[in-house]
Amino acid sequence: MANVLEAQNISVQFGGLLAVNNVTFNIPNKSIVSLIGPNGAGKTTFFNVLTGLYKPSAGKIVYGDREITDLPPHKIAEIGIARTFQNIRLFGLMTAQENLLVAMHSHLKAGITSTILRTPKQRKEEREAEEKAQEILDFAGVGKWTHEFARNLSYGDQRRLEVARALALNPKVLLLDEPTAGMNAQESQVFIDFINKLVAERDIAVMLIEHDMKVVMALSQRITVLDQGEKIAEGSPDEIKNNPRVIEAYLGKPKGARK
Amino acid sequence: MAKTSVANNVTRSNRKWITGYSIAGFILFIIYQFLIPWEGLPLGIYDAVYRWMPPSVINECLVYVIMALGLNIVVGYAGLLDLGYVAFWAIGGYCAGWFMSEFFYFLNIHFFGAVPAESPGIHINFWMVLILGGFICAFFGVLIGAPTLRLKSDYLALVTLGFGEIIPQVFFNGENFFGFNISNGTKGIVGVDPIPVGVKDLGPFDFGWKLLIFLLLTAIMVFVSLRLRRGRLGRAWLAIREDELAASMMGVPLMRTKLASYAVGAFAGGLGGVAFATHVNGVYAERFNFTISIFLLAMVVLGGMGNVWGVILGAFILSWVNGNGLTAFGQLYNEQFGTEVDFASFTFLLFGLVLILMMLFKREGLLPESRLKLMLHEDELDDEDASTSKKKVGK
Repeated sequence: MANVLEAQNISVQFGGLLAVNNVTFNIPNKSIVSLIGPNGAGKTTFFNVLTGLYKPSAGKIVYGDREITDLPPHKIAEIGIARTFQNIRLFGLMTAQENLLVAMHSHLKAGITSTILRTPKQRKEEREAEEKAQEILDFAGVGKWTHEFARNLSYGDQRRLEVARALALNPKVLLLDEPTAGMNAQESQVFIDFINKLVAERDIAVMLIEHDMKVVMALSQRITVLDQGEKIAEGSPDEIKNNPRVIEAYLGKPKGARK
Repeated sequence: MAKTSVANNVTRSNRKWITGYSIAGFILFIIYQFLIPWEGLPLGIYDAVYRWMPPSVINECLVYVIMALGLNIVVGYAGLLDLGYVAFWAIGGYCAGWFMSEFFYFLNIHFFGAVPAESPGIHINFWMVLILGGFICAFFGVLIGAPTLRLKSDYLALVTLGFGEIIPQVFFNGENFFGFNISNGTKGIVGVDPIPVGVKDLGPFDFGWKLLIFLLLTAIMVFVSLRLRRGRLGRAWLAIREDELAASMMGVPLMRTKLASYAVGAFAGGLGGVAFATHVNGVYAERFNFTISIFLLAMVVLGGMGNVWGVILGAFILSWVNGNGLTAFGQLYNEQFGTEVDFASFTFLLFGLVLILMMLFKREGLLPESRLKLMLHEDELDDEDASTSKKKVGK
């Protein structure tokens, strides 16, 4: 299977701290892959490298057949890598619809003059964008909140709206940073179904950072484990479950195993 | 639900304002152009108008309104603190000074100007200078913005403060700018061309007609503000104001979007500058000082950041108090009580007091933007949230 995104030998150094050390990570087309690891393993840092927020100190990132290592974040978003945030970062004082329209910014063309004059072309573009936004909101299950301020939505709906906003970028790769954090078992199940439906219906690959192992095991086709910035294991959920190094990273070494 | 209607009000912006605005503006024009100079007018009314709201003051207030609306795009919409907005006022003013006066006496360029063809200097038509001044200011806005907009909040404010000082200083000492006289220094440029409006040319004392022109410029700024706000760019500005990082992660190019707000804001500064030059019939370097930047910022904040009507109200009230209101009140007070208090000297004391009171009791401004109101009254809203979420559970 071809990879939509390839991160090759990525290292990130903050002063003396090597946050990510020589990690290679590929996302195949239309797949769901996960990145797990204990706290401070470098997962979110790695995410930030993929989305252009940090520049890697070594390694390169290839999207399709294009190297994107040095692109600014908004360009990376524009060409099709969308993300959500660990702590929700919606535009709280904008309506759900406006949140999505902001994400469509790079795909819309209206400039200052055409907006002021409200040309037929600009009106048509706006109308189509609004329709598309509604479609995505419906798809994400928050369609009834179109004109509601994002901050007024319930926690679960805000999570869904954040995914919807990422989808409005029309991405090929969707990066989700702890999407089920703070959700109960029932809400997590709804979310699992939603992601499965998303990948089934759209030409999109999903990468998850997640602490809820139930979600990770249920969704992932492949799991990569980071520990202290290094990739210590990669494989199917079953392989990972029984990998001694992973168990060690999460639970520590069994007594007397040192020898 | 009450909150939904708040959000709906935001999306459906008021479209009927043009009618109301035109009627109000027309009435004002009739009053100042025909009623006040009318000889049959009772002297009492004439005196009262000249004491409380003389034509020159109302025009100057409108210039402030135009400038405040421009600053509102930078500060209110995009959330970029700009402490040097006076720079654009100055550049706009000098555009009028350069292109529609006898300042460049060694040249003789005429382009639909309102002066006889033999008079020296550059004389371009007022309306074209207006647009030209706007674009030159927008250019300087981009020039200033390009290096500085990479800075975050407080640092940006400091650098804009610097530019707000530098540009007026350049004009102040502009008698010998690398060998060229660009501003006549402290003497200023005295006398700008009249404004041609077809039927006649408006000199410095045609207050009524100029009122109409300034009202038109204000209307254009309101129109532009409202339209931009609802469009692609306005949404991006709002998103940047809310969360810069998230906005860039959603494909909004931060620099370009911020520069656009600077450019549009500066364009308005150019309009205001040219208008002001025709209002005072000249350009005087010492008038472009730091207090104007702060004054304009206070107008935006007091009136209600992000809401054009609030900004207009704030700008009008503050510039009126500053220009005439306090003096008139002082006169009345002194006549009444036989005192001799110099009220005008207390202007800044009053502004300070008003600012403190506003920050304590009405932080969102006089006519706040509904979004901002929501943010600043968070605690009250949280209670409401709790009650509505209970209702949701009940369903």
